[in-house]
Amino acid sequence: MTGAMDLPPKGGFSYDYCRRNAMLADKGLKMPGFLKTGTTIVGLVFQDGVVLGADTRATEGPIVADKNCEKIHFMAPNIYCCGAGTAADTEAVTDMVSSQLQLHRYATGRESRVVTALTLLKSHLFSYQGHVSAALVLGGVDVTGPHLHTVYPHGSTDTLPFATMGSGSLAAMSVFESQYKEGLTREEGIKLVADAIRAGIFNDLGSGSNVDVCVITKGKTEYLRNHQLPNPRTYASSKGYSFTKGQTEVLYTKITQLKPKVEVTEGDAMEE
Amino acid sequence: MVGKNCFAIASDRRLGVQLQTVATDFQRVFKIHDKLYIGLSGLATDVQTLYQRLVFRHKLYQLREERDMKPQTFASLVSALLYEKRFGPYFCQPVIAGLGEDNEPFICTMDCIGAKELAKDFVVSGTASESLYGACESMYKPNMEPEELFETVSQALQASVDRDCLSGWGGYVLVVTPTEIQERVIKGRMD
Repeated sequence: MTGAMDLPPKGGFSYDYCRRNAMLADKGLKMPGFLKTGTTIVGLVFQDGVVLGADTRATEGPIVADKNCEKIHFMAPNIYCCGAGTAADTEAVTDMVSSQLQLHRYATGRESRVVTALTLLKSHLFSYQGHVSAALVLGGVDVTGPHLHTVYPHGSTDTLPFATMGSGSLAAMSVFESQYKEGLTREEGIKLVADAIRAGIFNDLGSGSNVDVCVITKGKTEYLRNHQLPNPRTYASSKGYSFTKGQTEVLYTKITQLKPKVEVTEGDAMEE
Repeated sequence: MVGKNCFAIASDRRLGVQLQTVATDFQRVFKIHDKLYIGLSGLATDVQTLYQRLVFRHKLYQLREERDMKPQTFASLVSALLYEKRFGPYFCQPVIAGLGEDNEPFICTMDCIGAKELAKDFVVSGTASESLYGACESMYKPNMEPEELFETVSQALQASVDRDCLSGWGGYVLVVTPTEIQERVIKGRMD
């Protein structure tokens, strides 16, 4: 075990706690739940590019852990990816592929292509046989045009003109199937995506809070964070709770003053 | 919980084995550097091991960079360390709180495999987390001064742990402002 402490590890997963955790599970220790993103994520192709949308609720079992999380992840300046499934997996896999794409851009000197991101994602997810639980909607515009793909946790992909994933995907897909047509304008595309996400927010329990939209066109990407806030917090009283000083019984107090840190700049060379 | 140019981080003090209490002074909130604290809830052995590994990594960082780690960087470090054990995780949910550049308060929590959840108001973790969500949601106000923040955090903590059998036996609250650190042990129900 001391070997593990000498250097930071080389990367990739480490499995040393698996046996210990199995033993603890036998003894009755419940595994803490993972943060899931519940989610409604959608994407559609319009005449100039791609619009991606996502809700902003992160759940831990039945509890809302984060009311305003970001599910549209940056992959490249012209490629964004929405993630559903286990939050840690979607964040880690999109960060990893984003870094790999950046290195690839430096090596080739060209703008990243959506199929590059797609292949990197699907090969990673397939090699972990679905245990890395990340369901993604990948969209972007590159030299070959606008592209929209879905990636499933086991590594299969689809290329579609409009796509939805997540627990709210059926609600969102119903909106798309009834209102999608080819050659949508930018405003129509944003409105349709927002309508689909709102359908997921209001009808699916795992999705909620606000609507995030990302519009990618040739040469320009606009990330409209909290484009719509259909669930404002209206019940809080403006006065709030106020506690008077001294209301809590304190047994022991210790106050440490923080000394301002002295910056050591280059000094003169020592006199011999 | 975040206040005006300050933050508070608090925990209960019980250490137990299912329903039996083993200690009533268990430390769960640890200092990484003067303006960065991490609270760890969950399996006690993982709490201590994870804390030791993080302090080790931070000391190495201090030696190499000749400065303290920023809270955002530290949060990424914790997330990476936890995700590395994705298929055999630490049974630990961290809560990270610190003052970043310009003494801007930063808080975040993670699940046991490192999914970061940044918040602008408050973050909670532990067996009483559901009660804590409710208590903090109702008691939180933006831009509280350190004294009021201390009272609010203590009341929210007490209210929630009193409704949870596995937490309690007093509380430990730390309030950090740009000029001082206030540590207080508060009196709670010992049951």
